[in-house]
Amino acid sequence: MINRRHFLATTAAMAGALSLPSILRAQSGDPIKLGSILDVSGIFDAYGKPMDMAATLAVEELNAAGGLLGRQIEKVSYDTQSDMALYTQFAQQLVRSDKVHVVHGGILSASREAIRPTLRKANVPYFYNVLYEGGVCDRNIVCTGITPAQQIEVLIPAAIEKFGKKVYVLAADYNYGQITAKWMSHYVGENGGEVLATEFFPLDVSDFGATIAKIQEAKPDLVLSALVGGAHLSFYRQWAASGMKDRIPLASSTLGSGNEHLVLTPQEGNGIMVAYSWSPSIDIPANKAFLDKWKTRFGDVATINEFAVNNYQGIHLWAEAVKKANTVDHDPVIEALESGIGIDGPSGKIAIDPQTHHAVLDMQLMEIRDQSLSVIKSFSQRQPIDTQKFCDLKANPDDNKQYEIDI
Amino acid sequence: MDFAVVVTVEILHSIAVLVLISSGLAVIFGMMRVINLAHGEFLTLGGYVAILGHRSGLNLYFCMLVLAPVVVGLWGLIVERLVVRWLYGRLINTMLATWGLSLAMTGAFSMIFGNTMTGIPNPLSGLTVGNYQIGGYSLFLIAAAALVMLVIYIVLKATRAGLIARGAMQRPDMAQAFGLNISHVYMTTFAAGAALSGLAGALLAPLVGLSPGSGANYIAKAFITVISGGASVVTGTIASAGLFGSISQIFTLVTSSVGGEIALLVAAVVLLRLMPVGITGRFFKGWT
Repeated sequence: MINRRHFLATTAAMAGALSLPSILRAQSGDPIKLGSILDVSGIFDAYGKPMDMAATLAVEELNAAGGLLGRQIEKVSYDTQSDMALYTQFAQQLVRSDKVHVVHGGILSASREAIRPTLRKANVPYFYNVLYEGGVCDRNIVCTGITPAQQIEVLIPAAIEKFGKKVYVLAADYNYGQITAKWMSHYVGENGGEVLATEFFPLDVSDFGATIAKIQEAKPDLVLSALVGGAHLSFYRQWAASGMKDRIPLASSTLGSGNEHLVLTPQEGNGIMVAYSWSPSIDIPANKAFLDKWKTRFGDVATINEFAVNNYQGIHLWAEAVKKANTVDHDPVIEALESGIGIDGPSGKIAIDPQTHHAVLDMQLMEIRDQSLSVIKSFSQRQPIDTQKFCDLKANPDDNKQYEIDI
Repeated sequence: MDFAVVVTVEILHSIAVLVLISSGLAVIFGMMRVINLAHGEFLTLGGYVAILGHRSGLNLYFCMLVLAPVVVGLWGLIVERLVVRWLYGRLINTMLATWGLSLAMTGAFSMIFGNTMTGIPNPLSGLTVGNYQIGGYSLFLIAAAALVMLVIYIVLKATRAGLIARGAMQRPDMAQAFGLNISHVYMTTFAAGAALSGLAGALLAPLVGLSPGSGANYIAKAFITVISGGASVVTGTIASAGLFGSISQIFTLVTSSVGGEIALLVAAVVLLRLMPVGITGRFFKGWT
């Protein structure tokens, strides 16, 4: 006796069974699609161009080694032209018409927040491979760049010890700068220092004359900068041109991450203190192999920067997770990422912290000297303790917000 | 006291920047009544010429003070002959044509130089005033702006060419009746305005760097300065640049750079409400 419910169930099962071979065929033949969304032109191209090259390198490398799960990887790239409005548009395109399996990209925190909801909704894992202000708590995103607890916490004690306790903070006027400035004053306070003033600048400001006069009036021992992009680079030029560079030292959470030290002259850049996870001088096999590969592929290794290395490592971390999960499907890949997965990248060992989806990695305290970043001191395997303070994706897997420090 | 000197220099610097970016427009728009929406790109072109010249090994000052004005002046000449001269007296058409030119030039810059930030190092070191430092280049810009104003004043007031230009702008029909070739006067004036823009763009390049879209940062301020200045080229530009430069810089010092921008724009709105024909339409009438 066949009733209607039974009939429906059998047909559904049969339809499922029939469609199964086509899924299997798709898995073995079609390429895995990796979406890349970066500012390859415009005022943030100093960050975006090397990141895009790194993505190309990483994908070619994986493909040369036989691809993932026996499938080749296809990189689908969009240039957002340093225009935040284009991010949402291209993110929609990536998930709707290109149907990518993962997205790597976004540079400014504003761009990350623009596309994060789209990718979460579409169930496409999102890798944000850039140093940022920390605090993003979302199971769909993996942040492989350094955060204030890794960077500022290393930079500020060293700068205060070397230069003095009175600090003047300059930051870009959007979420990265605002939150980073908070973390800066947090760590300045923790190290017995005092923030005299904090100033924010829209991203297109390029005249810093009045600010330089104000800084002189405040007479700090140290100026901390979280300025971002090509227009803000004028600050360092004008600072050196006014002769202030020899009077008040600088430390920055952003300078050099886009290879700005190559654009500035030695007189403009020398002596500025920074902290990043990568330096060309890190003496480990993974870094040497990376530099060699880059040299063979692109010629000039001087174009590599922190963001490029982050992007390269981000893609390899994702590839590790796909191998471990043995599929590109969303949930298994995220679970694999939460199993404490790690790789040996150019910056050293880098692992994903399951609680926050942030990276555990090595840090280098550095100084700009003659247009290169020279290491003063290295710090091993630093946890993203800023984000860990607020975020526990194991306890609250549905969490979906960016936490900020309260001061 | 030393701090007062630093602040004064900053204010003068801010005035000088406004004077420089609007002097070319003051000639083209103030005198000729041609709304040149490609003014910002003329500035950018001057900057790129200076950067290219410097990179090919020429002296930086030669590139900024001679090469850039000459090249942009010639470019202005070409633009006037090919585009603008067909549109005199047709305000909207000129706006559309020069806006198109502005887009085309921005596109051309992106193709040639890449959509990226280019800069040249600052040629002058800082000066010490008591406990403070001021940028040597700021002083250079202030001097350059003063010189530009002085030269325009002398040319307009004391030379035959200036007399002809002023006459031709005020009463083209009468000038023509005296046997002057009006078309050539317009052409020369437009080229001179373009050359001034080229000079300004080149002088600003070491300070802020250049990208293909840099012109857009200047055009609004240049128009505000020229329109608020009113009919007189020199007096108007100095008066409105002086007013807006001081206001924006003082507010930047007291609040933030955003505060400075807002103060400048609010001041312009209030001023144009009170004096719709500009400062020199109300005061200093008949000045050059």
